[in-house]
Amino acid sequence: MSSPSPQASPAITAIGLRKSYGEHVVLDGIDLAVQPGTVFALLGPNGAGKTTTVQILSTLIHPDGGQATLAGYDLNREPARVREVIGVTGQYSAVDKLLTGRENLMMMADLYHLGRARANARAQELLEQFELTEAAGQLATTYSGGMQRKLDLAMTLVSNPRIIFLDEPTTGLDPRSRRTVWQIVKDLARSGVTIFLTTQYLEEADQLADQIALLDHGTLIAQGTPDELKRMIPGGGIRLRFADAAALGQARAVISPPAGTAGQASTVQADEEALTLEVPTGGSVPELRGILARLEDHGIDVAELTVHTPDLDDVFLTLTGH
Amino acid sequence: MMTAALADSATMLRRNLKHMLRYPSMIAFMVLMPVLFLLLFVYILGGTVGPAGHTGRAAYATFITPGIIALTAVAASTATAVSVASDMTEGIMARFRTMPIARVSMLAGHVGRGVIQTVLGMVAVTAIALLTGFRATTSAAHWLAAAAILILFAFALTWLSVALGLAAKTVEAASNAPTPLIVLPFLGSGFVLTASMPAAIRWFAEYQPFTPVIDTARGLLTGGPIGHNAAIAIAWSLAIALGSYLWARKLFSRDPVRS
Repeated sequence: MSSPSPQASPAITAIGLRKSYGEHVVLDGIDLAVQPGTVFALLGPNGAGKTTTVQILSTLIHPDGGQATLAGYDLNREPARVREVIGVTGQYSAVDKLLTGRENLMMMADLYHLGRARANARAQELLEQFELTEAAGQLATTYSGGMQRKLDLAMTLVSNPRIIFLDEPTTGLDPRSRRTVWQIVKDLARSGVTIFLTTQYLEEADQLADQIALLDHGTLIAQGTPDELKRMIPGGGIRLRFADAAALGQARAVISPPAGTAGQASTVQADEEALTLEVPTGGSVPELRGILARLEDHGIDVAELTVHTPDLDDVFLTLTGH
Repeated sequence: MMTAALADSATMLRRNLKHMLRYPSMIAFMVLMPVLFLLLFVYILGGTVGPAGHTGRAAYATFITPGIIALTAVAASTATAVSVASDMTEGIMARFRTMPIARVSMLAGHVGRGVIQTVLGMVAVTAIALLTGFRATTSAAHWLAAAAILILFAFALTWLSVALGLAAKTVEAASNAPTPLIVLPFLGSGFVLTASMPAAIRWFAEYQPFTPVIDTARGLLTGGPIGHNAAIAIAWSLAIALGSYLWARKLFSRDPVRS
């Protein structure tokens, strides 16, 4: 994942995108900026408006309001130019199941007017890259979910698009296929392609994205790098387990009030049954060493220590409250 | 621009023809309805009915074959409407819509396939009609002229069924949409002479598009009078094709239904 040069104009910008179906507001004014050559993840639960955002930005449907540019082309005024620079892999399989894998790729090459020789070469190249050579002559209807998804991605790449949309690229895939798709996305990002993906998996956004935007009920509730988002919530801490209730009580007295701010005192929580103590920390080693040193000074033995760092799940739960 | 549209249409036609060849049962299913009507009219009714001068099984078979061929075009319309409606639900169609492709090519591919499918059905039905006693009495040139009139009519009905397939909200609805057309060969000159009908029905029969098409084909194949029918048949076909094309284009340029 390359870092964007500060001078470069964004690959995708959107201002105030709105879309309603009847009374139901799907997108309620979305602003986005995606730098060239980066991976942007739109993260949100089902029904948040992720697919609608992709459908609008990829020229499939018209927004009710708002503007967007892709590679400098205006979405509303120049959709034909936009279509020349993008590639889209939708949420639902976009392969022709009554054609073979190779025929699907050749069809794409024909629609991009590559010419016979280049079309053959490109199809062969992509079949090899996606390990579909053996199945190339079989109808796509016989493919497994993972193979269909790979073919789908390969078809998107036939024209070497500068901007690629991937709508929930790993939904419904087994863990192994998911890893494969992740690797493909990472390789594409390394080659300088701009990738806009949607996902409901926090781990996926964490793994792949340079920038993440959290979408909930048609509104962006947070944007930033994975680390920035994780810093937005305090979530981290350590859990200490003790051999008996006496040790737990002593430790609680020693650690509360903690060395940190007074506000943190109330969040030190003891669980009498599990004999554990939850201590919020910033996660730094000196902080951790300080706590353990104080316990040792008082002769309290710690039976077990676990460290909990905040992940995007925590961010999401904190920001959406659901 | 134009050449790109033609190239894209050819690509889409190749795709649709591959679909057709991989489901050949479609054509067999398509000719079933007209062939059943043919057998019913020739073997069950043909012994007793038939306009004056067309009585007897073979003569009646010859009389009704143009109507049966028109009925084949209706059956083929159902197949086209269904394949258009189901194609619109496929993810690949969403992909095409986000690609720099001439929009009309996505419809043209279906029209090309529809016309080819209809003509194949007409050839199969005509072959079966020959077995039941149908005899054309004219020259090869007349055969070709009849084929041209029928192919033009197939082209018109195919555009209509593409539009019906796009307008239908479900694949089931698409399969029912062209069904009312089945009565038109009956409420026309397909099986009896319109002169024998009650006044109101006769008026409808003489002014609806199937009658001049059937009369022209019959005149060309069996040497009967044609009169203005050829010109009227061509005018109807062009009007239906143009109107349906404009309707289909309008329907297709709407945002796809939310999935």
